[in-house]
Amino acid sequence: MIVFDDVAVRYPRRELAALDGVSLEASRGALTAVVGPNGSGKSTLVRALLGRVALLRGAVLVDGESMSHGSRRALATRVAVVTQREEPAFPLDVRDYVALGRYPHLGLWRGPARADVLAVEEAIALTETEPLRGRAITELSGGEWQRVRLARAIAQGGDAIVLDEPTTFLDVGHEMAVFELLSRLAHDGRAVLLVSHQLNLVARFADRIVLLHHGHVAAAGTPTQVMQGAVLERVYDWPLVVTRDPAVGAPALVPLRSRTRGALP
Amino acid sequence: MTPARWFLLVAALGAAMIAGTMFGTLRLSSIEVLHGMLGTATPMHTAVVRELRLPRVLLAALVGAGLGAAGAALQGATRNVLAEPYLLGVSGGAATGAVVAVALHAPAPLVPLAGFGGALGAVALTLLVARAAGGRGDARVVLMAGVVVGAFANAAIMVALAGADASVVRGALWWMMGSAADASWGAVCGLAVYVAIGIASLLLLARAIDVLALGEDTAAGMGVDVARVALGVYVAGALLAAGTVAAAGLVGFVGLLVPHLVRMAGARTHRSIITAAGVAGAALVVLADLIARTALPPAELPLGAVTAILGVPFFLARLRRLA
Repeated sequence: MIVFDDVAVRYPRRELAALDGVSLEASRGALTAVVGPNGSGKSTLVRALLGRVALLRGAVLVDGESMSHGSRRALATRVAVVTQREEPAFPLDVRDYVALGRYPHLGLWRGPARADVLAVEEAIALTETEPLRGRAITELSGGEWQRVRLARAIAQGGDAIVLDEPTTFLDVGHEMAVFELLSRLAHDGRAVLLVSHQLNLVARFADRIVLLHHGHVAAAGTPTQVMQGAVLERVYDWPLVVTRDPAVGAPALVPLRSRTRGALP
Repeated sequence: MTPARWFLLVAALGAAMIAGTMFGTLRLSSIEVLHGMLGTATPMHTAVVRELRLPRVLLAALVGAGLGAAGAALQGATRNVLAEPYLLGVSGGAATGAVVAVALHAPAPLVPLAGFGGALGAVALTLLVARAAGGRGDARVVLMAGVVVGAFANAAIMVALAGADASVVRGALWWMMGSAADASWGAVCGLAVYVAIGIASLLLLARAIDVLALGEDTAAGMGVDVARVALGVYVAGALLAAGTVAAAGLVGFVGLLVPHLVRMAGARTHRSIITAAGVAGAALVVLADLIARTALPPAELPLGAVTAILGVPFFLARLRRLA
């Protein structure tokens, strides 16, 4: 569905490439997670998909079609993106904000049709943001805002959704709710590409994990394949152990206190 | 915005326009105004209504509508509540064109044209500078480029006026403070075309502006061609500003103030913000022009000074709420 093929990106006036030959695939019906330390290139991956950074080489393909062809609007009907940061400049009602997700489906003259209204209502129901409907987006708490943004992306439709750190600012309950929802969206047939720092949750929910390090793919595969103590310890540059969570059976990362390690940076 | 507020807004514009035709050096009753419009009043009353007051009120309304709508769209597209139609170097460029024309003793009808040309030239320069800096769709780069071009234009004005005689300086100053005194039916018709095309274009872009106001990355993900929509807003906004500047000089504060007012009144989507800002801007400038010509008779105050005086208390109140 979404394929990054040997993608390289270098920001102006930087010596090192932010992405250096990254290949990965987010397929329909699966939750694919991209993890990695700060500055490993996770967000650049999303920006490359958005066409916001120039590719040094490689291509981003959606259903085999190169992103550099075709209009952004047509792409937006197929792939919805929740970026890492989004600070609303003006108060917009939550309902109107979610409805903006239908933007790529509307013509210059055509207003929202029945299908658009239905998509908006369904997205609001799925994200349980109904009670927020009449509030201004500038007055929401961090957690409410994340859920409303997710609703907007779901309303956008299409069969792929890309999220950059969607659970920042969320408490445990809301975080779990988002992961459950993403997992459901994936198993209903969408391609879900999730950039996250929440390794343990990712290990429980993702079908595939791609671990980025300095713009390269350090490991990729099932959670069990990627969640290896030696690899994670090297990538995150911190002593840690990977155990199996006794309650749920998924691999779980436990970072150790620094004194258990010899030399500190 | 609630229907009641829309009604109030339109009623305010209607009331301001009626008052604008009634009051002045010669005070007319509403009946006399009506007779004047129909041509059944005395020849003098008919002339005052048809040739002086009506074109002036309509011109002021068009200037306000254009500035209000342009300001609303620019604030949305740049995500900056301090954006206004005169950024992008519009005001500096227009003033430079007009002042150079005045200083060269060009015939009076050429001055607005020179202002218009200067405004468009400055906007083109601003967008070129922003592009050269590599920030085609980046609002911050465009705003900075506008500041630079505006500062350069102001310097050029000072140089042009340095050796000019007092009458030229006075004429240039009057123009830079704005006035609807030169209203004619020709000017009204010309400006109406600009304002209609400009506001219609902005309304077509309104939904894209809603998306763009969420930030450029998010907008790109929702299918907005960020650079193209931003350019469309800049060009339409600059055309509106240049058209109004050619008709009435620089009328400050309207494009900055009015979008705040309509957002406070509850306008949320840019389709309603732009529309409401057009109506509110029209009402504000008609009212300001009425004050300009009736406050200190027989002197006429500069229109831009009146709009600024009306705007300052509002912004002080806003400031208190922010702090």
